This record gives sequence, C-alpha cells and structure tokens, in this order.
Amino acid sequence: MNIVKNRYVYFLISLLVIIPGIVFMGLNWQQTKVGPLKLGVDFRGGSLLEVQFAGTRPSTEEIAKIYSDFSTSDQPLADPIVQSLGADSFSIRSKTMTDETKGLIIAEMETRFKSKATVLNFTSVSASVGAEVTRAAGFAILAAAAAILAYIWWAFRSVEHAYRYGTAAIIAMLHDVLVVVGVEAMLGYFLGWEADALFLTALLTVIGFSVHDTIVVFDRVRENSSTLRRVEYDKMVNHSIVQTLDRSITTQLTVMFTLFALVLFGGDSIRHFVVILLIGIFSGTYSSIFNAAQILVVWENHEWTTWFKRKETVSSIS
Amino acid sequence: MRNRNSWLVVIVLLIIFSLWIDLSKNVVIYNPFNNTPIVDRSVDVKLGLDLRGGLQALLEADVPADTTITAEELNNAKNILQNRANALGVSEITMQTAGDRRIVAEFPGVTNPEEVVATLKQTALLEFVDMGTTPIPAGTTIKTDFGVTSPAAPADPAATPTDPAAAPVETVYHTVMTGAGLQTASVTRSSAGAYQIAFVLKSDASGTFAEYTTSHTKQILAIVLDKIVISTPTIESPITSGNGVITGKFTQDEAQTLAVQLRSGALPIPIKVVESRTVGATLGEESIRKSVLAGIIGLSVVVLFMAFNYQLPGLIADLALICYALFSLMLFKMIPVTLTLPGIAGFILSVGMAVDANVLIFERLKEELRAGRNLRQAIDLAWSRAWPSIRDSNTSTLITCAILFIFGNTFGASMVKGFSVTLALGVLLSLFTAIIVTRTFLHTVLDRIKLTDHPRWFGL
Repeated sequence: MNIVKNRYVYFLISLLVIIPGIVFMGLNWQQTKVGPLKLGVDFRGGSLLEVQFAGTRPSTEEIAKIYSDFSTSDQPLADPIVQSLGADSFSIRSKTMTDETKGLIIAEMETRFKSKATVLNFTSVSASVGAEVTRAAGFAILAAAAAILAYIWWAFRSVEHAYRYGTAAIIAMLHDVLVVVGVEAMLGYFLGWEADALFLTALLTVIGFSVHDTIVVFDRVRENSSTLRRVEYDKMVNHSIVQTLDRSITTQLTVMFTLFALVLFGGDSIRHFVVILLIGIFSGTYSSIFNAAQILVVWENHEWTTWFKRKETVSSIS
Repeated sequence: MRNRNSWLVVIVLLIIFSLWIDLSKNVVIYNPFNNTPIVDRSVDVKLGLDLRGGLQALLEADVPADTTITAEELNNAKNILQNRANALGVSEITMQTAGDRRIVAEFPGVTNPEEVVATLKQTALLEFVDMGTTPIPAGTTIKTDFGVTSPAAPADPAATPTDPAAAPVETVYHTVMTGAGLQTASVTRSSAGAYQIAFVLKSDASGTFAEYTTSHTKQILAIVLDKIVISTPTIESPITSGNGVITGKFTQDEAQTLAVQLRSGALPIPIKVVESRTVGATLGEESIRKSVLAGIIGLSVVVLFMAFNYQLPGLIADLALICYALFSLMLFKMIPVTLTLPGIAGFILSVGMAVDANVLIFERLKEELRAGRNLRQAIDLAWSRAWPSIRDSNTSTLITCAILFIFGNTFGASMVKGFSVTLALGVLLSLFTAIIVTRTFLHTVLDRIKLTDHPRWFGL
C-alpha cells in the first residue's frame, strides 16, 4: 500500500471540502456582517427562549406581536425570530431581555393564548459578554495550538528537524478546524444552525483528538527514523503510516460508535454538538493518515520548488 | 511476579470499593470503639442545571471597565448575595467568583427565576435614618442625605455631592449610619416571648451610634432599605456598647426578613446580571434518560467490537473498560463532579479514547508476535513500545482540557468546564485502566492457562 505516493490526490480531496466551506463562510459573513458563522446568543449576545404550549399552539406572528408589544427603547424586542420546535414548542430569538421581562411575556402568552406556557429553556446574554466570549474563544484556540506545538517540538526533540513535526501537526489540525468551521458554515447557511458555546467545545475537542491521532503516526515515524536509517525518507514515512493504519481505523471506529449512539439516542439538545464532533473526528483521522506525515515528505524534499514548474516531475518523485 | 499479584489485589479492592460507592447514596463509616460516625457524606451524583433544571445567572460588577475590584470586595459581594439567596429558601445554591469581576450563581430546581434574579439584583442600600418624632408608615419612599444612592449612580461618589437644596419641597432626612456599620443581626426572643432583632455594630460605627442614641433618646431611628422605610423603631435607651435590639410587633417571618435585610443590606460593589440561563425540569429529565441510554448502547457496541476484533486481549480490555466505567462513576461521586450534558458527552467520548490506548498496545502486540517473539516478550515489548505514543497523544488532549477549563472558568460557562473536567478525568483514568489493569489481567490469565499454544486467541 502506498499512501505517500499519491499525496497530492489526498491534498486535493481535502481542498475539495475546505474550499466550499470557505466560500460559505464568506457568504455567511456577507449575510450577517458579523462573522463567518451564524453565531448563537453565547457569542453574539441576545436572548433565546424555548417555550412549550400545553393547549393550542399560537402562530409565530402572534408570538412576534407580543414581543413587539413589550419592546421599549431600553430593550428593543420587536421582530424576533420565531421558529417552531417540535409539535408544541417554539424557539424565539431576540435582543437581550431581562428575566423580569421574560416573566411578563410568558404571563401575557398564557392570557392571550389561553394555554399553559412552560419555559423549556431560556438563555440571555448581554452583547458585551458575548463579544468578550468570542474574543476569548479565538484566544483559546490559538493558545491550544501554541501549547500543543510547543509540546510536540519538545517530545520530538531527539529527531532531526523536530519543529517540522510540530508544524505539520498544527497544519493537520488547521485542516480539521477549517473542515469543521466550513461544515458549520454550510449548516448555518442552509439550516440556520447557530454556533454556540458547545460548538466551541466540540471544536476544541476535535483539535485535541486531531493532534492525538497525528502524534500516533509521528511517533512511529520517530521510532522508524532511528531503526530504518537506510530506507528512503518517503518509503519510511509510508511504512509508518501503514503500520499504524489498523490502529487509526480501529480507534476511529470505536469513537464513531459512541458518537453515533449519542446522535441517534442522545436527544436534541446535544445533537448539533455531537454531529460537529463526528465530522471533526472523521476529518482528524483523515488528516492524520493522508495529510500530516505527507507534509513531512513534502518538506523533506522541498517539493514546493517544483510546484510551479513541471507538474509531471511531482508524481514521479516517489 | 509479586508486583503483578499486588496490582491484582489493588485492582480487586478498587473494584469492591467503587461498587460500594457507586451503589450507595450516602457513605457512613462508624468508629468501632464508640460507634460515632467518623465519615458521613453524601455520594449522590451531582447533576448540573441542564440535567435537573434550574437557573444560572452570571453577575458582573456594574462599574466602569477600568475600575479595579479587589478579590476581597468580590468575595464579600458573593457572600452577601449568598445570604440573600439563602433567605429565599432555595436549597443547594452555589455561588462562585469567576474571573476578577464576575460571580456565577446557580439555583438548581427553581421554578421562579424572575423572583430570584430580582432578589439578587437589588443593590440594597441600608440606612439608619433620623426621623425625629413623627413616624412614617413602612413602605413610604423618602429622601435622605446619604451620597451615592441608586445602582445607576456614577461610581465616583465625589461627582454626586449631597445637595438638599435640589429638592427644597420634600423633607430630606439625615442618615446616621449605613448598613456598612453593622457586624451581625439575628432573630432572638424577648423575655416576654416577642420576636426581636439583636444586632452588633462594628467597632468603628459603635462610637457614632453611641453618641447619636444618647442625644436622640425617645426619637425614631428608621431603618430604610433603598430609600424605602422598612421599620420605625424608637430609641428606648442609649446604645453605647455596640449591641442593641430592635423590638416591635414582629411575626417570626417578619423578624427573619428584617434580620436578613440588615445582614445583607449593602453590597460593596453594585452588581448587574449579564447572563441568565433557565432550563425547565422536563427537558433535563429527558436529557438524562436519553444520554444514559446512548451511553449504554455506545459502551456495549464498543465492548462487542473489541471482543470480535482482538479476541482474548479484546475481552480483557472489555473487563478493563468496565472497571473504567466503575472507577469513573466512583470519582464523579466522590470528588464530586457536577455532571452536565456535555460532561456526559465528554465521558462517553473518553470511553472511545480509553479504548485507544488498548488498541495501540494490541496492534503492537500483533506486530511483535508476527515478528516471531514469544508471547511474554511480545507483551512486554508491546506495552513499552506503545507507551510513548500513548503518553504524547494523551498529553495533547490534556493540554486542550486545561485550556477549555480556564476558558469555562473565566466566563462561568459551566457546560464547557464540565466537559473539560470529565474528559480530563477520563483520559487520566483510562491511562490507568488501559495500561495497568489490562496488563495485570492479561498476565493473570497467562499464569493460569497455557495460552502459548493458541495464537489464534490473540487474533493471529
């Protein structure tokens, strides 16, 4: 099996997923003017109310009307986004409101619609906190990347060009971040999925897992680079990938099993979170098998010197 | 060999201990000599708000961003809020400072979040006001000459000079002392059995109070909370010792409320609610049921998969995995870790990762066996050669957990925090079960049955 030889095909497959993702990030940005994703109240600030009606369900217009009635200059609530949720519930997104106003709105709903209204879920985040959380989230991702880069550099210090391993692992990680954020951008564009604090948790987990997987392959490269000194670099790397392939697939499968169980039986509240984890972990395994170690080979051969000359030579190198 | 047997003993004891903890709600250990309990603590699973329903509020100091707040001020504010919240009669309230200007307050199971938030938000200013001899009915709003008044007032007191001339028509009452001068207040009963509030003043305030009560005996000293008259007791005799009682026709509840208001009257810093989350109890119950089901299904599939894929070592890894589940639950109950929905997801994910260490080892074992080593050598080599990759890969996951924890802690995002805690615990524990427990079990089996003749049992 030669996985290293066709590296440019695998890079291309990655780009085929990443580029549309970037396009949709751009489209979202154009649409929301805020960022590449549809941001939830955690990051954007605002209120999200999920309410269940025991009797007849009112129309979305009637609900929006109540919000507009309670709108003041201090608390502009007019034109909320009202969506049906299951058979008897609604989710309503608006500007930030206080618990007091929420109580009044619920009471008004009960009198107007003559139906018991139960609050399933209410989240209200002020815009300033939302902005701060967004900044901190970006910082958290950068900090995680930097800490992991430093750790790998240190763990591989006995190998020649140790920094290459750290950098390649970070590139593979960025690949997974782009895949996850890209898919989220598409889901946001088509289905209106909003990125919330759980999305960030999923993203950071994917980062951890991606590096986890990559390190297992690199560890074998590290081991083989001392035992198989006479073998050409790309053959040695390929050998390392093949040796760890069974493990990569088995681990991938076990994690997928548990995540699939969560998607199928885990309920609505974490489905979004688990779907993102599934995509990210699939991408993480892909990048650790098909991208990470191949980057080491590209680096070793300084292949970029031939990228813009004659393409034929590229495929004949290995 | 001795070493292995002692590990086996440790593991068996751990299993028994974890079963005991996992199956009990409360642990009581009696001192055998005098039969008094030496350990008596609850080991019930602590559920987060998203699973049992309730309110979480993130409170922030309402002062300009460049104003520094000392840790002490924030902590005092937290304690006062805690007092205030306890007075509501909600059980298991937790309040924690988050970062340097925020407090996270959690109220499990509350059904009236509006009232709770309203109680927390009041930045009550308690004043003792000179009211001369004419009492004003409780509930009346009055004006006093005390400087900073409402929470909306600028943080700099110098910018709001007291100016009684600004409201010439209304009477402006003189504030003798604020709630800051009070040390404690509690409900007691007089010799006649009437409820009264006993209070103790701080030493710096007792001087002023002694002077004032001496010169104003038989006059009214009104207790005013946020400019609203609460009670209008008359000074019966000078209070010079720093201790006094407020008498009146109080019911027990009224006396209790007044004592709470006296105790927790003034916050050192004004507070505003910047984030509020309410989860209905029904949603929580449903989530628990579903994630437990998902966990059981996920775990069973992994167990079957490992057994099919690795035969004998797979079965042993399954035993280790069951130990892992038992030990984790024990840790969650003992620490205790508050379980949230993402926390459970983190735990289920860590099951997958727990298996990974075994997968790494077993794949290595197959390789070593194929390379012609005998079983014992192969086992030792598999463990030692798989170790660097297990160590490095898990370290990177732990680094991510640490960063998630810091992030979650600063913003009071208990969901993110819960996820990082359970995932990190899972990773650490899985290192123990996958490496030591699996290996001990495998060697125990090898010692008793002659497996060297059955390479097929090792998936070869």
